[in-house]
Amino acid sequence: MTIARTLDDACAALAEHPQARLLAGGTDLMVGVNRGQVGLDHVVVLDRVDELRAWHRTGDDLLLGAGLTYADLGRGDLPGLLPALAQAARTVGSPQIRNAGTLGGNLATASPAGDTLPVLAALDATVLLRSATGSRELPLAGFVTGVKQNALEPDELIEAVRVPVLDGPQEFLKVGTRNAMVISVVSLALVVDRGGRGVRVGLGSVAPVPLRAAEAEAHLADHVGWDDGSPPAPDAVDRFVELVAGAARPIDDHRGSADYRRHAVGVLARRALHRAFPGGDR
Amino acid sequence: MSADPYVLRVNGRDHEVPDAHLGESLLWVLRERLGLPGSKNACEEGECGSCSVQVDGELVCSCLVLAASAVGREVITIEGLAPDGELADVQRAFVEAGAVQCGFCTPGLLMAVDTLLDADPSPDELTVREAISGNLCRCTGYGRILAAVEIAADLRREAS
Amino acid sequence: MTDTRVEAGTRPPRLGESAPRPDGTPKVAGSFAFSSDLWHDRMLWGGTLRSPHPSARIRSIDIGPAVALAGVHAVLTAADVPGSPTYGLEHSDQPVLASDVVRYEGEPVAVVAADHPATVRRALEAIVVDYEPTDPLVDPLQAEAADPIHPDGNLIRRIHLRHGDQGAVGEVQVEGTYEVGMQDQAFLGPESGLAVPAEDGGVDLFVATQWLHVDRDQVAACLGLEPERVRLTLAGVGGAFGAREDLSLHVHLCLLALHTGRPVKMVYSREESFHGHVHRHPARMWYRHHADRDGRLVRVEARLVLDGGAYASSSSAVIANATCFAAGPYRVPSADIDGAVVRTNNPPCGAMRGFGAVQTCFAHEAQMDRLADALGMDPVELRRRNVLATGDRLVTGQVIVGTAPVAEVLDACAEHPSAAALAADPMSLPGGAGRTADAGHVRRGEAVALGFKNLLFSEGFDDSSAAVCRIEDGVATVTCACAEVGQGFVTLAQQIAREVLGVSEVLLAPAETATVGSAGSTSASRQTWMSGGAVQAACEEVRHRLLRRVAESYGVDVDELVLADDRVVSLGGDFEADLTAVTTVPVEAEVEFHHAPTQPLDEDGQGDAHVSFAFAAHRAIVDVDPDLGLVKVVELTTSQDVGRVLNPLQAVGQLEGGAAQGVGLAVMEEVQVQDGRIRNASFTDYLIPTALDMPPVEVAALIEQPEPGAPFGAKGIGEPPSISSTAAVVAAIRHATGLDLERAPVRPADIALAEARP
Repeated sequence: MTIARTLDDACAALAEHPQARLLAGGTDLMVGVNRGQVGLDHVVVLDRVDELRAWHRTGDDLLLGAGLTYADLGRGDLPGLLPALAQAARTVGSPQIRNAGTLGGNLATASPAGDTLPVLAALDATVLLRSATGSRELPLAGFVTGVKQNALEPDELIEAVRVPVLDGPQEFLKVGTRNAMVISVVSLALVVDRGGRGVRVGLGSVAPVPLRAAEAEAHLADHVGWDDGSPPAPDAVDRFVELVAGAARPIDDHRGSADYRRHAVGVLARRALHRAFPGGDR
Repeated sequence: MSADPYVLRVNGRDHEVPDAHLGESLLWVLRERLGLPGSKNACEEGECGSCSVQVDGELVCSCLVLAASAVGREVITIEGLAPDGELADVQRAFVEAGAVQCGFCTPGLLMAVDTLLDADPSPDELTVREAISGNLCRCTGYGRILAAVEIAADLRREAS
Repeated sequence: MTDTRVEAGTRPPRLGESAPRPDGTPKVAGSFAFSSDLWHDRMLWGGTLRSPHPSARIRSIDIGPAVALAGVHAVLTAADVPGSPTYGLEHSDQPVLASDVVRYEGEPVAVVAADHPATVRRALEAIVVDYEPTDPLVDPLQAEAADPIHPDGNLIRRIHLRHGDQGAVGEVQVEGTYEVGMQDQAFLGPESGLAVPAEDGGVDLFVATQWLHVDRDQVAACLGLEPERVRLTLAGVGGAFGAREDLSLHVHLCLLALHTGRPVKMVYSREESFHGHVHRHPARMWYRHHADRDGRLVRVEARLVLDGGAYASSSSAVIANATCFAAGPYRVPSADIDGAVVRTNNPPCGAMRGFGAVQTCFAHEAQMDRLADALGMDPVELRRRNVLATGDRLVTGQVIVGTAPVAEVLDACAEHPSAAALAADPMSLPGGAGRTADAGHVRRGEAVALGFKNLLFSEGFDDSSAAVCRIEDGVATVTCACAEVGQGFVTLAQQIAREVLGVSEVLLAPAETATVGSAGSTSASRQTWMSGGAVQAACEEVRHRLLRRVAESYGVDVDELVLADDRVVSLGGDFEADLTAVTTVPVEAEVEFHHAPTQPLDEDGQGDAHVSFAFAAHRAIVDVDPDLGLVKVVELTTSQDVGRVLNPLQAVGQLEGGAAQGVGLAVMEEVQVQDGRIRNASFTDYLIPTALDMPPVEVAALIEQPEPGAPFGAKGIGEPPSISSTAAVVAAIRHATGLDLERAPVRPADIALAEARP
């Protein structure tokens, strides 16, 4: 086991032990370990790498350290800068999980139900990867490659996530069959970019990977009153909802049916839009 | 696979952990190697809160902490909540309010409530409910637990 | 809210007061030893290999690779069971370990003892079982017609109850088909225990259970040992709710301990726990209610099919309750109720809080609301016109001779003021932390439901509890094998002893089979009555003997003597002695307490089968988000027929906790079984209410009408809170949405995708 203190420590340990498992908050890895499904030969512990648990602004972007916990995403200035991400983080598991689980962990696990992923998708986030031999930056869609699959090489770790600071409201809504501590049945993030005169929509739990509702976004861009902030007309909202639901590619599982997910993601789209542009049709 | 012996600081004391397997959780090590079974094992996937402990002051599920990774951290368990042998305010409140039935969720809940009251001495009801939403209780329906939190908050404010 | 704070005085609390739990301090200190906390020198760890198939033939089992692993001390299969190969609560039909056939997913096939849980896991993986999977029987409606999946056949029990004029027809009729899903008890403390081989060739088993003696008898039979050589001691129980009435790891642990000659501990994982204990029976229920134009019930017809799963467990008693209470707590002059519980390759079902009555209450209360609608009558008024009272006859023909304050229970609940305002924070609206709804998306609904159930065991079961009371040096010690599972019997036993003996200090001996007779099961809301009665009787016998001895020693009239405040005093005031002084020579008595006898049901389901009944009502207020199908239960109000309150704090705890399980069944809890396989065997996917889901429970009234024949007049209170709560919550969702919602739990899609939504 290596308890890394710096990013370089961690990368060096990974280079030396390519079979090592990365341990950040442990909220996913340890579930498998406890069940005997994940064997551990070597572990690189990341939770004491200060660089990973920090964030800073570079121009119009934020660099979020992969070691920021879900609780961290709700502290200080971050909720003001990234309200949808803070809201998504608040729906993850329990207070205990939010104290331990990290942004990087949510990405690496790459679950279709990962709560921060639709927000990162909507934000056009990129993922900064690092190894002893270098670093690279991937778009989210290039990083999350399938159900619980990511683009990490054995010697790589997630260093940070780059997201833009946007002018405009951001919403995150998540359906679960319990009022707290629940895996999402469907989730939706809606991010308004007033500067770019666009609305971006990320969808969770409706496909193997987080989705963007590109057609719906394109449709909406033409129907928002960008100059006065007025909401789209009711029929434009209906069309938006239809396009969002159409973008979903859900499956039936024990948490919900495909039909329900398709329906619910449309409802979330309508509500998120209404919250972002109040005053129009619900 | 075996890990090198390591030392955990639990409830203000250093504990040597020899012969450990690398994959052992903090919960397992507390319960089976350090003789501190107060933290409970109800799900071992972070969904019930029965194993809640404080690590460096933060409430976490000890089942999801790799024990060997907690070296150098300050771990407080239910056994360390009242180190002088007297019951702590939250413990007294739980007894008084009838918040204990089978008691299996109780240690984890006490750790959660203690953490909450440290951060917020006068939490409103919704804050309390959210703060304990990661601690499942199957006996009480939470009513007496909420009553206990009120009593504990009173006790702690009076004492400070 | 009922004031339940513990009395702060110095006098030890007596009956009727909120005495604190004697185990409260160790439980909050973390020092209380639950069954999973046990530890022993040289202890090995046990584990269980379970069938991955719901139905298969076992061609062969090769334990060789597992035995060969370092650290493995035993690998045992059915061939290693020395005694009875099967066990069961009511029918011995369940194999200790499967030999030739597996009948449900998760059925134990082999057990292992090794030096570390990781070694156990490797050993279990190394066992090679050659299965030939067969088509599972998973539809309970097909079970009777299908080929038998067990030598005892696929029909576990049928009761065809016929009561009154079979030609009776009501002017107004309503019909419905209802369904209740499989609920899990979801106690927090997993199945666990420690078996220690004894020098006499027997075994000591420390285990969390609901009924030590019946476990002991089953374990001894399977081990081929005399019952005296199998000694069970109750280990700390982390909740039960019916799931610990059957054996789980008991025989396995003892086999491993006897085989290895070393103590063996076993703790189920949560996933294993879902496979390792029985669940609440899923039910399909067709009903037709007949009434006259004034809303008086004329006749109830019902067809009930309960899925018992692979083995019988307590299915026979469950279907009896479902059938006997199918018409609800109402006067029903004519009934035709056919109840069947069948065997399938689904997970075995058995006892869970309120069994049988929970399922049929959901259906009969939906029918009552439907009838009120058909009559254009207020649903509470319809119930008021039909509620049972003392002297009325049940559909089993039994006349209620005890208390039945059903009208009082109903009115107290229905008329209680509500405090529930609509929340502004989305966190408190349907969807909770997901913040999916704003107030404008929400519709509110409100409904009342009424339910009842028998107390104690029924149908001629010879039901008893034993207790020993001993007083020495001024201290009373009570010994009873009653399983404390969290309900607070330990508190009550102390209160009773103090009440009867006037003694301050009451110790409780461990619950074990070796020192006292059976207390019967901690189930059927029976221990306050049965073991409470046994403790009362034992203490009274001790008081009687002690006072007689004092009277003889000091030459005073025994009828003049009383025990109070740790003294023996004469009523005239001319004699007084310290209790400690007169009990240096101990006084002890053991008493076996029995309830009034009951009769079996005849072929028409008629007979005086039950001892007593308890009634409860719930009013639910819910906020529903119809577009997403999400529900927030905003408030629950309840009233209950309790006979007499012996400990207000514990009473409220039972009412709140039972209601929470009812809320869970209404809106989220279901063991999802597909093709015989459980799809959600974890706390990640089997959801029980959190503190953000459970509303405040308002106790409108605890109706105290002392029950004749019940010790102190107290009725058991554990189960009624779980019976009408589910029905009330779902009825309130119907009220909010206008949907039929004939199934519990209500799933989001049942609301959001319903076609008929107005």
